[in-house]
Amino acid sequence: MLMALLSLACLGTLLGLALGAAAKKFHVEADPLAGRIESLMPGSNCGQCGYPGCPGAAAAIATGSAPVTACPPGGRTLAQALAEMLGVTLDPAAVADAGPQVANVAEEICIGCCRCLKVCPTDAILGAAKQIHNVMREACTGCGSCVERCPTEALRMQPVPVTLQHWVWPKPATAAA
Amino acid sequence: MGVLDRFFGPSWGVHPDDRKRPAADAPLRRLPLPERLYVPLQQHVGGAARPVVLAGQKVLKGQLIAEAQGGISAPVHAPTSGRVLAIGEITAPHPSGLTQAAIILASDGEERWIDAEPPGDPFALPAEEIARLTAAAGVVGLGGATFPAAVKFNLGRRLKVDTLIVNGGECEPYLSADDAVMRHRAAEVVDGLRIVMHAIGARQALVGIEDNKPEALAAMRAAAAPHGDVAIRAVPARYPMGSDKQLIQVLTGREVPADARAAEVGVLVHNVSTCAAVHRALRRGEPLVERIVTLNGGALRAPGNLVAPLGALVADLLACAGMAEPPARLILGGPMMGTPLPHADVPLVKGASGILALTAAEAARPPEGPCIRCGSCTRACPMGLLPLEMAGRIRAGDLAGATGFGLSDCISCGCCAYVCPSGIPLVQYFSHARGELAAAERARLRGDAARRLAEQRRQRLEREAREKAAAAARRKAERDAAKARASAPAEAVSG
Repeated sequence: MLMALLSLACLGTLLGLALGAAAKKFHVEADPLAGRIESLMPGSNCGQCGYPGCPGAAAAIATGSAPVTACPPGGRTLAQALAEMLGVTLDPAAVADAGPQVANVAEEICIGCCRCLKVCPTDAILGAAKQIHNVMREACTGCGSCVERCPTEALRMQPVPVTLQHWVWPKPATAAA
Repeated sequence: MGVLDRFFGPSWGVHPDDRKRPAADAPLRRLPLPERLYVPLQQHVGGAARPVVLAGQKVLKGQLIAEAQGGISAPVHAPTSGRVLAIGEITAPHPSGLTQAAIILASDGEERWIDAEPPGDPFALPAEEIARLTAAAGVVGLGGATFPAAVKFNLGRRLKVDTLIVNGGECEPYLSADDAVMRHRAAEVVDGLRIVMHAIGARQALVGIEDNKPEALAAMRAAAAPHGDVAIRAVPARYPMGSDKQLIQVLTGREVPADARAAEVGVLVHNVSTCAAVHRALRRGEPLVERIVTLNGGALRAPGNLVAPLGALVADLLACAGMAEPPARLILGGPMMGTPLPHADVPLVKGASGILALTAAEAARPPEGPCIRCGSCTRACPMGLLPLEMAGRIRAGDLAGATGFGLSDCISCGCCAYVCPSGIPLVQYFSHARGELAAAERARLRGDAARRLAEQRRQRLEREAREKAAAAARRKAERDAAKARASAPAEAVSG
């Protein structure tokens, strides 16, 4: 009995040490560029870009296999920031960007099926079975995942309403230089 | 600011034609009570007030109708007695023309005040109590900044302020609302400022009044004569003398550092009208429900100062002053820093010191041309910034570059745009850039919040999966145990 315990303990310790040393020796350096790109991205892992979440898309953009315009919720601002970081020329007008959007539930159509709550990457939809659901605007990133899941088309994307607190003076029309 | 300024006056700023008279000399009138008042819930910096009345409810003048929400906020009181018609939306006195929430009152014409007990001698009260009463009366900075006065009191006490500066500069052309307060209510101003001194623990008060207001200076000197710790000082009439940083520098010689508050150099600035409102709140128990507002501009027949209830429509005020011609431009505040109004159906708010109805000739702007790099704006800038460099960068979309040139120190006084020979709307560039920078900061905070939420969701899903597995394992164990119990007696019987 004692012999078995001791030998197993020794084996475990030795294998553990070997694994630890291997992790140090064969450490793979993650691309720091991908990390920097990821920090700019929305981070909601909505999957609209077709990659597995924001880290996947960031890695693809870093290697050049995805364009800087890959992220629809990031819009033009993100594309510009990424283009600047990667030194890519970008035509801002070519990026489709309808401005910041939030999801909205049409209460007369919602049947309370709870499907949208399950796909929301930021848990921004509140609801229960057979109760009208609602979107918490502060938490909604505007990724649109819920719109595809809704069986009754009760979920629609809407531009974020402009309020007095968010209104920005327009840039003066430039005079003929 | 150099040594020469001592002899030749400040080198910064501009000296526009002040156009304050004849409105400043006209007798103080009272606006006939309008039938309806539209009282916005947000008339101050900070969180909007929350309504505490219901539609249909009867209210008395001075009754609380919306309470403050959050650390920096101010309550709103009924400006007259009557009935709450609705809690709805009204176009805000704001250049965007967007709406804001407001309580709509139908006045009953009786002007019946709520029974308010004046709190007794304010000098016998502790400083905290004065701040609390001032906050409860909804007093905010009436010079235009509309920062809740009580928050500033508490800040002043915490930072051990020694000097209270009372701002009677009123350097904007056309405006004479503060002038009217000092001429007609000098005793209230002096008593109010002494209460403020007590509330912040200041040893002395300096009242700065521009030397183009001799009547106000005389009235204030007479009212302050019995009090040795209140000094009335005439300051040269130069725009923007009424900006707190410039007034502090002229009166005390202290310069407020960039990104710092006035309290950090040991002074606190309050407007003369704010002091009068503090007097009314503490001595009479009257909340802030009306203010003196200047009606001026070439399009008016009888310009002058009006005592008007908050929530009165600008259209009512203009009708009282009589329109000589349709105005080409309506401005809330002064011509230098005021906001253009989309139309006259906007309510009077706490921070509105004037309503200007300008004729086309007054509102005319030179056509915009390219920057000729003459440097006029640099000489005029009271903050010592380089407006031409900042505007050039903002035009090219380089907001970070503009920030590097001190965009955050700009006080939006408009001196640069006033002197620009090319008619470049410099302040609009700066306002635009500041708005964009604030929006970018909000987007960044939102992004961080979204990342946090996504991470929390991941953790929640993991936890749920774990709990589900644990519950399944427990049920299986129970089932097995039950099976074992069921089979054991059977074995006993068979054995």
